[in-house]
Amino acid sequence: MLESIKTFAADFFVTGDPLIYGADVSILLVTIAVIFVLTYFKKWNWLWREWLTTVDHKKIGIMYLIASLLMMFRGGVDALLMRTQLAFPNADFLPSDKYNEIFTTHGTIMILFMAMPLMFALFNMVVPLQIGARDVAYPFLNAVSFWAFFFGAMLFNLSFVIGGSPDAGWLSYAPLSEVQFSEGPGQNFYIWGIQISGIGSLASGINFLVTILKMRAPGMKLMKMPLFSWSVLSSCIIIIFAFPILTVTLGLLFVDRFFGASFFTLDGGGNPMYYINLIWMWGHPEVYLVVLPAFGVFSEVVSTFSKKKIFGYKSMVFALLSISLLSFFTWVHHFFTMADYKVDAFFAITTMAIAIPTGVKVFNWMFTMFRGRIQMKPPMLWTLAFIPTFLVGGMTGVMLAVAPADFQYHNSYFLIAHFHQVLIGGVVFGFFSGIYYWWPKIFGFTLNEKLGLWAFWLWNIGFYSTFMPQYALGFMGMPRRSSTYGWDMGWWPLNFVSTIGAFLMGAGFIFQVWQIIYSVRQGKKDTTGDPWDGRTLEWSIPSPPPEYNFAVIPTVEQQDDFWYKKQQGKSMKPTKYKSIHMPKNSGIPFIMGSFWFIAGFGLTFEWVWLGIIGLIGVAVSIVARHLQKERDYYIPAEEVEKTEASIGGAR
Amino acid sequence: MEYASKNKIKHIEDEHDHDHEHDESSIKTFGFWVFLITDLILFATLFATYTVLRTRYNGGPTGEELFEIPIFVAETFILLTSSFTSGLATLGLKRKNPKIVIGWLIVTAILGLAFIGLEITEFTTLVEEGAAISTSAFLSAFYVLVGTHGIHVSAGIIWMASTIIQIARYGITKDTEHKTYIVTLYWHFLDVVWIFIFTVVYLIGVM
Amino acid sequence: MSKENQEIQKDFNAYVIGFSLSIILTIIPLVLVLYGMLDKTMLIIAILLAASLQFLVQIYYFMHLKENKNRGYILITLAVGIIIAVTVVGGSAWVMNF
Repeated sequence: MLESIKTFAADFFVTGDPLIYGADVSILLVTIAVIFVLTYFKKWNWLWREWLTTVDHKKIGIMYLIASLLMMFRGGVDALLMRTQLAFPNADFLPSDKYNEIFTTHGTIMILFMAMPLMFALFNMVVPLQIGARDVAYPFLNAVSFWAFFFGAMLFNLSFVIGGSPDAGWLSYAPLSEVQFSEGPGQNFYIWGIQISGIGSLASGINFLVTILKMRAPGMKLMKMPLFSWSVLSSCIIIIFAFPILTVTLGLLFVDRFFGASFFTLDGGGNPMYYINLIWMWGHPEVYLVVLPAFGVFSEVVSTFSKKKIFGYKSMVFALLSISLLSFFTWVHHFFTMADYKVDAFFAITTMAIAIPTGVKVFNWMFTMFRGRIQMKPPMLWTLAFIPTFLVGGMTGVMLAVAPADFQYHNSYFLIAHFHQVLIGGVVFGFFSGIYYWWPKIFGFTLNEKLGLWAFWLWNIGFYSTFMPQYALGFMGMPRRSSTYGWDMGWWPLNFVSTIGAFLMGAGFIFQVWQIIYSVRQGKKDTTGDPWDGRTLEWSIPSPPPEYNFAVIPTVEQQDDFWYKKQQGKSMKPTKYKSIHMPKNSGIPFIMGSFWFIAGFGLTFEWVWLGIIGLIGVAVSIVARHLQKERDYYIPAEEVEKTEASIGGAR
Repeated sequence: MEYASKNKIKHIEDEHDHDHEHDESSIKTFGFWVFLITDLILFATLFATYTVLRTRYNGGPTGEELFEIPIFVAETFILLTSSFTSGLATLGLKRKNPKIVIGWLIVTAILGLAFIGLEITEFTTLVEEGAAISTSAFLSAFYVLVGTHGIHVSAGIIWMASTIIQIARYGITKDTEHKTYIVTLYWHFLDVVWIFIFTVVYLIGVM
Repeated sequence: MSKENQEIQKDFNAYVIGFSLSIILTIIPLVLVLYGMLDKTMLIIAILLAASLQFLVQIYYFMHLKENKNRGYILITLAVGIIIAVTVVGGSAWVMNF
């Protein structure tokens, strides 16, 4: 009996590595600490009532933000481990099997569990406020999305200490990801972690699409809508058409592994190349959908801090929409070496075509700044850093789009440098800019600028010293995903510089965490509701906004309506209040998420009974919601008036 | 006391922000349409898979050898009829007659069950003949495409049952009317998907 | 007959028409295939055309699109959805044909 428990535990838990034991201990300690703090301060009830059951988009946004920063830490540690291994030739800091696991989890976590939730954090924090709505179109579904993402991400991260991490690359190419080559539960963790959070992403896409199209304040025609909301709309268009493809791709891989089907196997008539085709049909739109909201942030920030209306509004909208449509016609450029030359020619041209709308956007930002009164506030700094970084990233992208040349670049460090340049320079800088910009609105205090400046320079210097050498390494022939190299290759000096750069970015992140902790205690309260002298509706209400956002829904007359009303000295303060219709909190999303987790865990270890219990739980949660009758309530007018008077100050 | 609180509730309902009360049911219906379109992409991906792997028999049986014309023709007409009967249920909504609605929904659900029954028989016969999901890429693609549709139909039946219970309990209210409308929309969509399975998988298969 | 009843009658007629058209559009390809009346390429084109027509019939007669307030948005989304769906199927077939 004891023996069998022992062997089970040895299989179940990952053993034999000091890093893992360290992780085990820290997970245990953090869990105990959290439980202790919650119990000691009697906060369990508060946690349940205010957060776990909330359907308020602002709170859901904050939870997305916290989760994504945690994931950025995890993914960042992965990156630093890899760079440490590569700092010197023939290093044996990480054995090659661990190295494979770490580059896999780094990629997956950074795209799906860091960039996506950071993006949804911004969607949730900003979109309803910016379009003058009280919440998203489906507040309950919004909570379901968050908990699906959260439990999916937790399931994926669990693989580090239980069962073993996936190690077939961030997109799990078949046939390597098939049962024949990757037996253990690691690959199943990948499938279920992403599948569950992917369902949440798809639901969010539908939710925000409908919110933007249907919930705008009266008078806000689509062509008067702020550009960030436009970028979210374009991003949602991509989500609703791309994520079903991911669902199917992962589903087919699961059927292959679990039921012994042969979609992507080497035998049985399967075709591994077809997996690559499918995953990139989702994967390419995916990277565009995370960058589009960053473009939206830049548009808002540039206009606000240059004190000018955005240049070329209509061309900006057109560029966003054309990028979202074009993104579905470029997927083959990820595997030029596989397809036929006619196919390659077509997809090389479509890929290059995307540079046109992107170029339009860059020029428009520059023209907006031209002769503006530019204020060097933190959001603006990140925007200014973005432009040259993204420009270089975009240009190397055009180089990679030249199909014959790509035969040389592909799978080398040149590619690694390229996509980090667009993803960090575009997406991460953009989201940072957005977080700095809207932070006072959501939290009601500003972040310390001095610490922010440190973080900014560390990130930028670190970024360039990490990735510029990698372009050269690519030309020198260093292949991606190699866990080590010899002295005779001549790759050492550049790799060493690259590692130093990575640690500088890590230091930048620590400064940001410090900045947040410091500002929570010492930050300046934002009593005006409009700290940056903003232009759009979210700045017309107090910071942080009351749960119903707008006591009275404003009527919009033009683009940048709030700005022009300020100029004309028109007050937006309401005089008469009415009662407000609000959705009730619900525990079902959290419970449904937990059942997803149970189902995913069961299917990962192929404990079918547990998987079935989990799936039944999910189904019961859905039916319970369907049977529910009283889903909303009213806040009486007197209470609204009282709340508004007590927040005061603003406006 | 009681009178006062009642009065207050009435007051709240009269006074709330009518000018900006978006029409909830229309927003929900729109969102459901968007969901259906995402489901369309999901099935399109499965059709793509079937198209690519269609001829990879791996030495196993072909569609022509496996598909039985009477069964899939019966499945098609059953589902087509159920789409029609679910439409008749929505006509009952307009007549404000819960009995008509429930009656036609039950007929629809029974037709759905018959469809699922036929599909299960079909699948078990195929497996007994040695044509399992692991036999060839063609069969993998076949089972997953047709099976995913079958799972959708089964979910639709459960959903319909939940709707029937609610109409029986609360009658035709704004809420149950909306729920009935949505579930029939879903049912029509499944019929549309089946038409393409009928054409691409079965008809081209037996050609 | 009251106005309401007239409307219900109209809806009922729409369902009957839609149902009949669907049956016809199912029987035509079935007969074409069973009796092998066309050569293979033409046959495939014909039955896919019948399926697409039936898709339109069901959307028009069954799915209440014309009385939906958001039909503009829905039609645009549906159109883009169909473009993407055709790209997924056709594109995959083209790319994998090497």
